[in-house]
Amino acid sequence: MRLKNGIAKYIKSTALQRRIMRRKGLDRFFAFEGLFVMGVALLVLFALVGQLAADGAGRLSWQFLTSFPSRFPAQAGILTAWIGTLLVMLLTALTAIPLGIGAAIYLEEYAAKSWLTEVIEINIANLAGVPSIVYGLMALGLLVYELHLGQSFLTAGLTLGMLILPMVIIATREAIRSVPPAVREAAYALGATKWQTVRDHVLPYSMGGILTGMILALSRAVGETAPLITVGALSFIAFLPHPPWQGTFPFVSFEWLFDPFTVMPIQMFNWVSRPQEEFHVNAAAAGLILLAMSLAMNAVAIVIRARFRKRIHW
Amino acid sequence: MEAHIAEIPVEKQAIRTSLSPRLVPRLKEKAIELLLQLAAFTSVAITLGIVGVLAYESFHFFQQVSVVDFLTDRQWTPLFADAHYGILSLVSGTLVTTAVALLVAIPMGSLIAIYLSEYASRSLREFVKPVLELLSAVPTVVYGYFALLFVTPALKQIWSDLPGFNMLSAGLVIGFMIVPYVSSVSEDAMRAVPVYLREGAFALGATRMQTALRVVFPSALSGITAAYVLGVSRAIGETMVVAIAAGMQPTLTLNPLEPAATMTAYIVQVSLGDLPHGSVGYQTIFATGLMLLLITLLFNIAGHALKKRYRQVY
Repeated sequence: MRLKNGIAKYIKSTALQRRIMRRKGLDRFFAFEGLFVMGVALLVLFALVGQLAADGAGRLSWQFLTSFPSRFPAQAGILTAWIGTLLVMLLTALTAIPLGIGAAIYLEEYAAKSWLTEVIEINIANLAGVPSIVYGLMALGLLVYELHLGQSFLTAGLTLGMLILPMVIIATREAIRSVPPAVREAAYALGATKWQTVRDHVLPYSMGGILTGMILALSRAVGETAPLITVGALSFIAFLPHPPWQGTFPFVSFEWLFDPFTVMPIQMFNWVSRPQEEFHVNAAAAGLILLAMSLAMNAVAIVIRARFRKRIHW
Repeated sequence: MEAHIAEIPVEKQAIRTSLSPRLVPRLKEKAIELLLQLAAFTSVAITLGIVGVLAYESFHFFQQVSVVDFLTDRQWTPLFADAHYGILSLVSGTLVTTAVALLVAIPMGSLIAIYLSEYASRSLREFVKPVLELLSAVPTVVYGYFALLFVTPALKQIWSDLPGFNMLSAGLVIGFMIVPYVSSVSEDAMRAVPVYLREGAFALGATRMQTALRVVFPSALSGITAAYVLGVSRAIGETMVVAIAAGMQPTLTLNPLEPAATMTAYIVQVSLGDLPHGSVGYQTIFATGLMLLLITLLFNIAGHALKKRYRQVY
């Protein structure tokens, strides 16, 4: 009885009310803190874009896009850099996409549970955590000096292709896994072989996820600088690679594969490491274009993901 | 009934060729499986390539430089006449920039994750998450520009004698760069905590903050550890930001206000010059790369052990 009275008194007491108020206040403060930190992170993103735009937007012009690099900052341009980025991305995609999708299909649809499969899986998870510059060292020792591919477009494309391969595999596996098993069983019931099931049912249904993963992986490769520096990218290339076509049979030429290369981030790095302020302006302008490239790829990936999600209802 | 069955035309196997008619499709299926398996094995080949190249070149390096000197010498001057090969000067740079980055990324990333998972409305979360992920889509060379030409000048307002190259601004920028990795993975982990745990806490009168910090966060610790390990790996392997903003001079110091080269920055510096293939100078970057890979691996193994320890099963 006395205890009960005590509790009743305590509940009415201002001491308890004060404690509750304090806890609620702390809770609100904590929520505010979370919001504040999030605001800071977003602010940094805006500051970064804003600073880049303020420094470089004035330098963007047709001349900037169509000029070779130069000793004179006002005449320099990014022609070789953006053409190089396009060509290297093409090779990267050609390396990583077929290999990555193939590996993912094998692991999800074919592989039996065995220690070998386990080794491959652990290996892919670990590869995704290897610093990118280490891929560059591997490419330098293996592709440039052992296989004698030289410091060329081909080496650059293969290097970045190997770098994003784990990302492509992981994304594709996730997409394939989201296709319900019922779809496969239905195909088998109609007498389809394994490959027919994969080709005609599993792959089309997971295309949205696969495409999203590919684009995100390529957007990572677009901005990748460090492994290409170790491989031996040049930052001053005043000529274009050989054209991929020729007048005589067989009309396509692969000579460009072995030309020295540069890409956008390398060009930007070169300009940013120079002491003269005029070159920093060029770096900012190149950075704006580079940023636009990778943000555009991310935007496309988000749109594709949303569209495919809407279209498929299991 | 029986007559009915007899009416169904049964294709007679008139000519029995020596090969089964299903042989060709079966071979095709087998060939496809083999190709896919081959694709899956490229990832293992890449790992073997990385380990092989680093081990091979480092082996040659350690034939000329003793391992003890490598690990204990306090100077790193492989390109000078008086050559010293003390990797500690580079490791210290990496550790300082990584520590600064984590001091930014872990509190910020965790707070953002808690806010998004426990406080934010669905619509806010759907908006903020992709925008935050754009932070990780920005090319690292752009972050380098930002660190050198925006953050360092801003910090100079506080410490007027801050050198133009310093580890503090590089570390801060890397920190912001890895916030989305930490926040996104931690948030997924916290959202995977079952609702009834939260309901139990609320029923006992806990505020949302108490629930988040004392129930949800500890329950999700396994996944959150994975997020931190991912952040650490990124910070250790980050190259362009430190190569641009932290300076290229190997210095054995733990003071973030000083300029110092990291392991990655050193590799970039050597790659930009042209050292002859096969020289000791050339082999130093592989030994440095091996060290980098080992340190990353060490953190990953430690993280994996922690992750296992904190694993909760519901």
